[in-house]
Amino acid sequence: MDKAQARITFIDTIARFTAYTSKHLPDDVRTKLKELGDQEDSEMAKIIYTAMFDDLTMADALSRPVCQDTGIIQYFVQVGTHFPLIDEIEDCLREAVKKATALAPLRPNAVEVFDEKNTGNNVGVRIPWIEWELMPNRDDVQIYCYLAGGGSSLPGAAKVLMPLEGYEGVVKFVFDQISSYGVNACPPLLVGIGIAGSVEVAAKLSKKALLRPLGSHNSNPRGAELEARIEKGLNELHIGPGGFSGKNSVMGVHIEQAARHPATIAVGLSTGCWAHRRSLIRIDASMRYEIISHRGATI
Amino acid sequence: MSKTVVQTPISDTDIENLSIGDIIYLNGYLVTARDEVHHRFLKQNRELPVDLVGGAIFHAGPIVRKSEGTPSRYEVVSIGPTTSMRMEAYEKEFIRRTGIKLIVGKGGMGSQTAEGCRIYKAIHTVFPGGCAVLAATCVEEVESVEWLDLGMPEAMWVLRVKEFGPLIVSIDTKGNNLFEKNRLAIEARKDVVVEEICRHVNYFG
Repeated sequence: MDKAQARITFIDTIARFTAYTSKHLPDDVRTKLKELGDQEDSEMAKIIYTAMFDDLTMADALSRPVCQDTGIIQYFVQVGTHFPLIDEIEDCLREAVKKATALAPLRPNAVEVFDEKNTGNNVGVRIPWIEWELMPNRDDVQIYCYLAGGGSSLPGAAKVLMPLEGYEGVVKFVFDQISSYGVNACPPLLVGIGIAGSVEVAAKLSKKALLRPLGSHNSNPRGAELEARIEKGLNELHIGPGGFSGKNSVMGVHIEQAARHPATIAVGLSTGCWAHRRSLIRIDASMRYEIISHRGATI
Repeated sequence: MSKTVVQTPISDTDIENLSIGDIIYLNGYLVTARDEVHHRFLKQNRELPVDLVGGAIFHAGPIVRKSEGTPSRYEVVSIGPTTSMRMEAYEKEFIRRTGIKLIVGKGGMGSQTAEGCRIYKAIHTVFPGGCAVLAATCVEEVESVEWLDLGMPEAMWVLRVKEFGPLIVSIDTKGNNLFEKNRLAIEARKDVVVEEICRHVNYFG
């Protein structure tokens, strides 16, 4: 395949992958929602879970976005340094977003700051947002697509704590945010926490934490234990589906960390809603793809 | 159990016996109105292009497309509720000025809206968040669109709906507030939970 043809194939694949992401939840999220829904015994909680699963079924049958808020599109790109289109990825992703917006269709959400105009095609200044990681000595690319609605971004916050506030300060920060804002963010939520030395690193890690598969654990045993404790604790708040009370509050709690400065503990928080539209595709040097997040999916 | 269906135009008597936690469905007209509509109407003092007396508004920014075959018509693809709390500062005044009787949204609203619902006899209800295709299938027709210059999510979409729901009453005409009750219960549980976790996080050597 020559480069021009590879480019066309790459853009088309990412456009269809992005549209697909808006219409189908990943396997791990579906499984977790089923598990949480089965635990509920109140009439109200059951009504909400029934509505969710009816919605997922209809979205699939009618090929429509699960939720009308298809977000500001974000891609987390892990690119092999020998991937043939490495120089063109950003441009291709912007083209793919325009195509996906018409194809799905996605809701046009990109509003230019200061001009206060909706661009109409989900492309704008620095949007789609792209995070980069290099994979040395490889010729493939792995791309996470994440469509987060505005509601699930509202609880997001980050703060730099004094070290003597300790990890207790981190826990309090998370619980204050979730108890204040979690109800409106379409629970059960996926909670991402970043702990680092400065605010932007903590915030970025909190978002990356949302990309991890449900059921995965922090790389540090203490981190994994803290994830479990916070998950249990948040569930004991009984926020329930849609905030209507219930057995649980969250689908999971994921923490990611970077070594901190001795004088600071920064904490970041990001939340994902129950309709957690996160997907992962791998594309090799010959533009063959595999969707890792949705087993057996073809686009 | 029979479905409680409310029809627009809605009168006070249609809704005054409803209580928080009740589930209803809507027939008639439902008009989307979120941040920018509230802003343009109440901050910029522009006249609303739709008469909302006895009407129902929906805090929602839909995905809409031109109908296949008849491009002068629109079709709702996905339309779930958005976070109602964003409209809290304006909603009491919005109820007073428009005469709406029913608000559909997501999550709770605050004490000002609850007061507005009590004084002017209106209710706030919640459609299950994120369930946007389910909601779209309750829309029979897009009758018209106003203020489309605000962009697709923020425009006023006038929808004719059939058994639109489930709508869970979260603020009733007595001013009772389901989410405020839930919030207080969550707050009451929080301190004990946090204290227990904090007993296990002294990682300093």
